[in-house]
Amino acid sequence: MLQDKDRIFTNLYGDFGRDIKSAKVRGDWKDTKEIIAKGKDWIINEVKLSELRGRGGAGFPTGMKWSFAPKEVKPGRPHYLVINADESEPGTCKDRDILRFEPQKLIEGCLIASYAVNANACYVYIRGEYLAESKILQEAIDEAYKEGLLGKNACGTGFDLDIHIHLGAGAYICGEETALLESLEGNKGQPRLKPPFPALIGLYGCPTIVNNVETIAVVPTILRRGGKWFAGFGRPKNTGTKIFCISGNVNNPCNVEEEMGIPLKDLIEKHAGGVIGGWDNLQAVIPGGSSMPLLSKSICETIKMDFDSLVEAKSGLGTAGIVVIDKSQDIVKVIARIARFYKHESCGQCTPCREGSGWMWRMLERIAKGDAEVAELDMLMDVTKQIEGHTICAFGEGSSWPVQGLLRHFRTEMEERLTHKKNI
Amino acid sequence: MSGKHVAKDQPTTFEFNEVNLKRIQEILKKYPPERKKSAVMPLLDLAQRQHDNWIPNAAIKKIGEILEVPYIKIYEVATFYTMYNLAPVGKYFIQICTTSPCMIRGSGKIVNLCKKHISEKEGKLSDDQKASWIEVECLGACVSAPMMQINDDFYEDLTEETATKIFEGIKSDKLPKPGSQKGRVGFEPNKRLTLVKN
Repeated sequence: MLQDKDRIFTNLYGDFGRDIKSAKVRGDWKDTKEIIAKGKDWIINEVKLSELRGRGGAGFPTGMKWSFAPKEVKPGRPHYLVINADESEPGTCKDRDILRFEPQKLIEGCLIASYAVNANACYVYIRGEYLAESKILQEAIDEAYKEGLLGKNACGTGFDLDIHIHLGAGAYICGEETALLESLEGNKGQPRLKPPFPALIGLYGCPTIVNNVETIAVVPTILRRGGKWFAGFGRPKNTGTKIFCISGNVNNPCNVEEEMGIPLKDLIEKHAGGVIGGWDNLQAVIPGGSSMPLLSKSICETIKMDFDSLVEAKSGLGTAGIVVIDKSQDIVKVIARIARFYKHESCGQCTPCREGSGWMWRMLERIAKGDAEVAELDMLMDVTKQIEGHTICAFGEGSSWPVQGLLRHFRTEMEERLTHKKNI
Repeated sequence: MSGKHVAKDQPTTFEFNEVNLKRIQEILKKYPPERKKSAVMPLLDLAQRQHDNWIPNAAIKKIGEILEVPYIKIYEVATFYTMYNLAPVGKYFIQICTTSPCMIRGSGKIVNLCKKHISEKEGKLSDDQKASWIEVECLGACVSAPMMQINDDFYEDLTEETATKIFEGIKSDKLPKPGSQKGRVGFEPNKRLTLVKN
């Protein structure tokens, strides 16, 4: 188990103050000026050494992403840093805790990251429902301005940075980085084709780096304690500490910061108080937010929670939002509800996703009631395959993978249901 | 994509009040001067707050004038995002999360309580015209499921008892304190293993 001394988010549970004075006592803003004085190359290199991968779901190496930003700022093409705080993936609520309990870690990270990618303006895109959290972050930003840590000559570094908050309005798709940029420009949140990638053509057509809240908030600690310290947790390419959200049928649903690669069973049993009714009552686990395929109980016995282990198990770490499902739940209904979520949230731009997400939902609702032919299970799989890989953004995968996971692990149960309950 | 209900009865005019006109100037400072369109979402939000929690078409036109953006461009944003109400809602607007993590923690029971205490049908005003409720997708508080949002506030860690108290509170305009109804500060486990207070 991760020791308290190695925790980055020491105020994850709001035990201490969120104000800047308390944050400084916890170590925030310590030697920030000296860190920035070491230069862009040192910062990016240290983040590369830490092997930090994006915490928003896709797991792209952060240091590499930063290095894609052009080295020189061309006239009329300012660089931007955009923080993705549009946390909407079902099962995930980690960024909310950073916004409300550790806002200074995020702000300090914004300054360092902005410096590393030459951005003098930073936008934090927060989902509209997190209004209370956005007010807390705004207060924290105001405090930082007052102390000279933001604005002109931020933190005495000679570098200028302004941070602005932009609130979303209830669209899951705006968590996709290019949809987020569209939304920030005042449009419908419909993703853009990539390439060009935002690092070259992003917000207002200018070079833009988009990072998740947790990714940016861990950066100051990594730079203070060293990339090697961070890389010492977990295994190569799957390093560091991570906030896991454990929800669903457990005795103690909670968020916890743990070492990457911790066994899933330990997370559930030690931190979340175990599955309701005991481990044997476990039916399945969604390991990384609703878009990641579920894992059957037998996989949950041994699986380790990191990017590569979960990919080997044909799932993914995603946002590390763990949803525990016990045997009292109808698994088909649970996934059907996820399919309804995707049907509701599809932006409507690509036909396979717009139409297919509704098809999957309606088929699953019928299958849940036993009102379908066994042959339709293959048809359902076929629909998922026609969506996956045929859309502009990863929403297509996000909506079809959970259905594929269900068919992979619960096909026998579904066939049985369709054979027996058919005429009921 | 959500099918949006747009009110049939529309006011003919809409003007931002003095306070909000000043706020608009503050909001516009956040974005580059030639990128005024970025302020569409914050302005829609302002209009909604000023106008009893829903946005009339006249407000959409007004925002278009202020930002120098065609009406249809604002209208398509207003219809795209679920948080903009284009028809009247109750003074207490209840949104119950029913996505899977909340569903498996019993959000269905909360929906049933809404049918009993607020109104039989989703989106219809209660008999006392005070409240309305809808089912919504994930609100990002899965660890404290089931949960609901009333106007701007989250009510989390709900049980049938605490939810009933809240719905009764609506009738007498006395709502309990928002946040976890089990007394949690954040998403800490009930039994602490780590970060014990010094």
